[in-house]
Amino acid sequence: MSIESCPIVLTVNGETVIENVEPRTTLVDFLRDSLGLTGTRTGCEHGVCGTCTVRVDGTIVRGCLMLAVQCDGARVETIEGVSDTGEIADLQENFRLRNALQCGFCTPGILLTAQELLSRGGMPDREAIRLHLSGNYCRCTGYQAIIDAVETTARQRTGTNS
Amino acid sequence: MTITPDSPSVLTALDRPNSYIGRSVPRPNLRRLTEGRGSYVSDTVLPRMLHVVFVRSPHAHARIRAIDTLAASKAPGVVAAFVGADLTEVMSPWVGVLTHLKGLKSAPQYPLAMERACWQGEAVCAIVARTRALAEDAAALVDVDYEELPAVADAETALDPQTPVIHPELGDNLTFERRVNAGDPDQGMRDAAEIVEATFVFGRHTGVCNEARAIVADWNAAEQRLTVYQGTQAPHMMQNLFAKHLGIAEQQVRVITKDVGGSFGVKVHAYADEMATVAIAKLLRRPVKFVADRLESFLTDIHARDHRVHGKIGVKKDGTITVFEIDDLTGIGPYSVYPRTSGIEANQVVNLTGSWYRCPNYRALARVVFQNKNVMCQYRAVGHPIATAVTEGLVDLAAARIGMDPVEIRRRNLIPDDGYPATAPSGIKFEKLSQEAALQKIVTMMRYDDLRAEQERLRKQGVYRGIGMTTFVEVTNPSPTFYGIGGARISAQDGVTMRLDGAGTVFCHTGVSEQGQGTEAVIAQVAASAFGVPISSVRVIMGDTDNTPYGGGTWASRAAGIAGEAAWQAGKALRANVLALAATILQAQPQSLDLRDGIVVDAASSRERMGLDEIARIAHFRPDTLPPGFQPELVATRHYVPRAWPFAFTNGVQASYLEVDVDTGFVKLLRHWCVEDCGTIINPLLVDEQVRGGIVQGIGAALYEHCVYDERGQLLNGNMADYLVPMASEMPDMDIGHVVTPTADSELGAKGAGEAGTAGAPGAVMNAINDALRPLGAKTLTEMPFTPGLILRAIGRI
Amino acid sequence: MKPAAFAYARARSVEHAISLLGEHQGDARLLAGGQSLIATLNMRLSSPSLLVDINRLPDLGAISVTAGIVEFGALVRHVQAEQSETVARYAPLIARAMPHIAHPAIRNRGTIGGSIAFADPAAELPACIVALGGELEIAGPHGRRSVSAEAFFKGMFETELGPHDLLTAIRVPAADAKTRAGFAELARRHGDYALTGLAACARATAGGLSDVHLAYFGVGTMPVRARNAEAALDAGDIENAVRAIATDLDPAGDLHASAELKSHLAGVLLRRVFRQLSEQPT
Repeated sequence: MSIESCPIVLTVNGETVIENVEPRTTLVDFLRDSLGLTGTRTGCEHGVCGTCTVRVDGTIVRGCLMLAVQCDGARVETIEGVSDTGEIADLQENFRLRNALQCGFCTPGILLTAQELLSRGGMPDREAIRLHLSGNYCRCTGYQAIIDAVETTARQRTGTNS
Repeated sequence: MTITPDSPSVLTALDRPNSYIGRSVPRPNLRRLTEGRGSYVSDTVLPRMLHVVFVRSPHAHARIRAIDTLAASKAPGVVAAFVGADLTEVMSPWVGVLTHLKGLKSAPQYPLAMERACWQGEAVCAIVARTRALAEDAAALVDVDYEELPAVADAETALDPQTPVIHPELGDNLTFERRVNAGDPDQGMRDAAEIVEATFVFGRHTGVCNEARAIVADWNAAEQRLTVYQGTQAPHMMQNLFAKHLGIAEQQVRVITKDVGGSFGVKVHAYADEMATVAIAKLLRRPVKFVADRLESFLTDIHARDHRVHGKIGVKKDGTITVFEIDDLTGIGPYSVYPRTSGIEANQVVNLTGSWYRCPNYRALARVVFQNKNVMCQYRAVGHPIATAVTEGLVDLAAARIGMDPVEIRRRNLIPDDGYPATAPSGIKFEKLSQEAALQKIVTMMRYDDLRAEQERLRKQGVYRGIGMTTFVEVTNPSPTFYGIGGARISAQDGVTMRLDGAGTVFCHTGVSEQGQGTEAVIAQVAASAFGVPISSVRVIMGDTDNTPYGGGTWASRAAGIAGEAAWQAGKALRANVLALAATILQAQPQSLDLRDGIVVDAASSRERMGLDEIARIAHFRPDTLPPGFQPELVATRHYVPRAWPFAFTNGVQASYLEVDVDTGFVKLLRHWCVEDCGTIINPLLVDEQVRGGIVQGIGAALYEHCVYDERGQLLNGNMADYLVPMASEMPDMDIGHVVTPTADSELGAKGAGEAGTAGAPGAVMNAINDALRPLGAKTLTEMPFTPGLILRAIGRI
Repeated sequence: MKPAAFAYARARSVEHAISLLGEHQGDARLLAGGQSLIATLNMRLSSPSLLVDINRLPDLGAISVTAGIVEFGALVRHVQAEQSETVARYAPLIARAMPHIAHPAIRNRGTIGGSIAFADPAAELPACIVALGGELEIAGPHGRRSVSAEAFFKGMFETELGPHDLLTAIRVPAADAKTRAGFAELARRHGDYALTGLAACARATAGGLSDVHLAYFGVGTMPVRARNAEAALDAGDIENAVRAIATDLDPAGDLHASAELKSHLAGVLLRRVFRQLSEQPT
């Protein structure tokens, strides 16, 4: 029990990280400020906008609503990690072709959120895609291009014809 | 995937071989952004960088008796604390006026409040510390002794004699007033068979950029230079303002703008806290970072709209509109925002209302008043959604009154497509619009008659669907008459410098900037097409006042039309230079050659003669082999500014199809259409997504977004849980179509497309809701946002 | 927007958590899913001196059915309940409510116990538990006790939990073939807190419904049972039930809905939920 920094050991994008963190440091600030993983961003810091979405132990979480100290022993993945492994290369390419992003600030969070839906398999309909992304704010696109790009990826992955 | 580019067939000088113009080329910067490799100001870290946090007034209006920063100064990690007077040493105040908005007045504004705080959220004290968290810890220890003053919250009573005057030295709370009396409005009233009136209310809302305002200012005393990393839409404008108010030369200031997480007009103003950050960096001689948090953003990012418009329309039995009359009142906070002023939105409402109809009779009054709320200023589609909703709301009411179909009344009154050029009663000038063609196109796209039949059928089953339509015009490509003429140093022109490097690659430097619209792609497409190289050979450099031609930046839908034309001309000029060089090498006539896809060819036969890489090699490394006296010119710069017209007006039409749940008052958006005419379409995919994004912003205004203040000037919903932005689940799919009417003022012929969606959507949704509820005898809904409570009250359910 | 500093301790056991709370004299907070708490910390709306992280407590993360009772460990995440076949079958009301709660990333992390202990008057789960006549198991310095859901909720963010108590389990009667569940809410945007919501359950009888339980949320300081309306529905009279809402509920208006609107919507929801209760196959 300490107000001072606590040691944590975790894997981030497959690398083991050993750091000391203040208990009050959120996961997103830890990733950005301590590890320089600036692909994850803060949009509202109160859990509404979804911009800070990252994966912890395989599921997406709000990076602003989890403390870094809670991630001791966890497996954390960010947009940099899933880009380097190629896990979502097809989804990223479809976002690019469809111009499903403009300023790009929300995009990493949206990609990780969409990937969670896609990784369940099956062919989600547009409404299901919209529902799954209902907690990710994008001011630029009006969402339709995002839904299109996710739908296209789902179709390609499942071999479904349009 | 449904990419359905509605490509124009209009190709003139642009029809170069291998042209990228009119093609949905993916943006070159997108791979970087999808992989989290963007570089936003909020990501920026510099050596020795400090963080500043602001203590903000909790009161809408209060005298600052004293500020005690002693405890804060001693807190861990704190480097300095500043109050208003501390910053006046290095920074002068500013006043947000423009001389061409006659009578517009405002008071001096300082980086930190001096003796008074004039809105809830105004910064009164700055704490600088090693980290943001430590600065926040210390800020909590600052003790400000406030004497609360009466707040002017309601614009309606701001001019009453018993209301306190916010800036006594100005005499009253009237910021700006404009009147128009055109044609013969009284005769128009007399000629009308029916006069319909309504009061339209537009809620205050705000931009909610996903990346909040962010700035890192670095004063290097050894260089006597200020470098500012800022998420701004207008780097050169900010360079000028920082220099001017720090009392240094412009060349001592460099503004760098990399990726910007959304702007929408929010990031094109001088904000007091950002000016304070710069002043503090100068005082501390080291980098200082300020990133607004979300709660600060709601209190300090400019708000917009908040207009109350009484409107009247006169109409004959045959549908002829005989008169428009409006009385617009808007409260803009305690200061007119610098340097673009807060008079522009009301001015646009006056300029635009009714302007695309033939009716010559128009009376307008706009009054802009001070109040103790956050400042208001230009936000995407400035004034357009108001003018459009008022005009089109009145037209729909008139149609209903005389029993005419909404499409028909518009057909009868729009300025015909062969009726241009035209001047509207307010004085604005249209080069050429295509309202009739656009209306016809949307009617076909949406299968208007079928929808009407479906609506009728469903009504019998107790399902209330509505179809709402708006025609509109859009201000783009502003000329110097927008700001420059009023004394603001905001460049109306833009330049593009193209330089050929030793490998045959082209660097394209431009003063416009990118906040997601696709500026980088557009400039690359035009430059590649004009010059004659693959787009992969073009690299666009923007957002750096040290390294780009002086320019205006990206706002008012000007980047593609203005910098695009400059790129077109620069590309042609550099091509001429390269062909002259090639001709020398090949011993041919320059005019017999062309540059196509990076290869010099015989223009007539397309026979390949020489690669650009080889030409670049010779020019850079073996110019000794060229004839004596021949100097290859490997850089070309061209500028462009619109001159023939004050603005390149575009036009369009939108339609909304929705269903109102008459039990709950909830609105379900079923589909939305937009046909717009932005002239030459450089990249259909980018245009369509600009329009879609804009529509959803407009839908936000119509249904969700509202900065709710109480009577004491307190913002009640300044967070993302309570301020409702549009999210994916509730938004409709949108179909976009185009009519193409290039402007003859440039060779490229491109106009802007950024405002269209936001301009037309709120009115379309409003008209659709009223259309849905008309059979229920509902009171007409004219107050945005249309919440379930308002809708249920209108139909008497609560 | 960064939290004020606090200390952090990871509880090893329920008893350890309780003793840590005791040592801090009411200035410590339990950290479960954190989906509400950390937002309030970020905004500095609260600044405890200690967070006691209970996420790794063993044995609080399971859903089980025994002897006609469904038990949720307090640390069951929303997503677990959402995807659980057991919940779909034996606690269909909770299954119906789940998709309405916030968004996927929040449901991955938020816990059932946390939502109930936080007692937001606009939240779905407290109303579900009240409608189901559930029971909450509380561990405290003096041992464990069980409290009925209705006794558990005491006011706006107020519950039977004392400063040194920990909610350990939530129990609801397991559904059988005669059980009917209904759930509806009206939120401006999917996942928002509802303007008004209704969680309901009943027993199917030959002629209609009996034992109707109606728990509204977003209309008061805590979940509100609409007992007069329940009686009317037991008697099969939906019109009477809708009229009775006026006496059952006395909502206060808030930023998003006036009292009048909430009352009206409560009636609309009642009709919709009644239809759900009535239409389910027997």
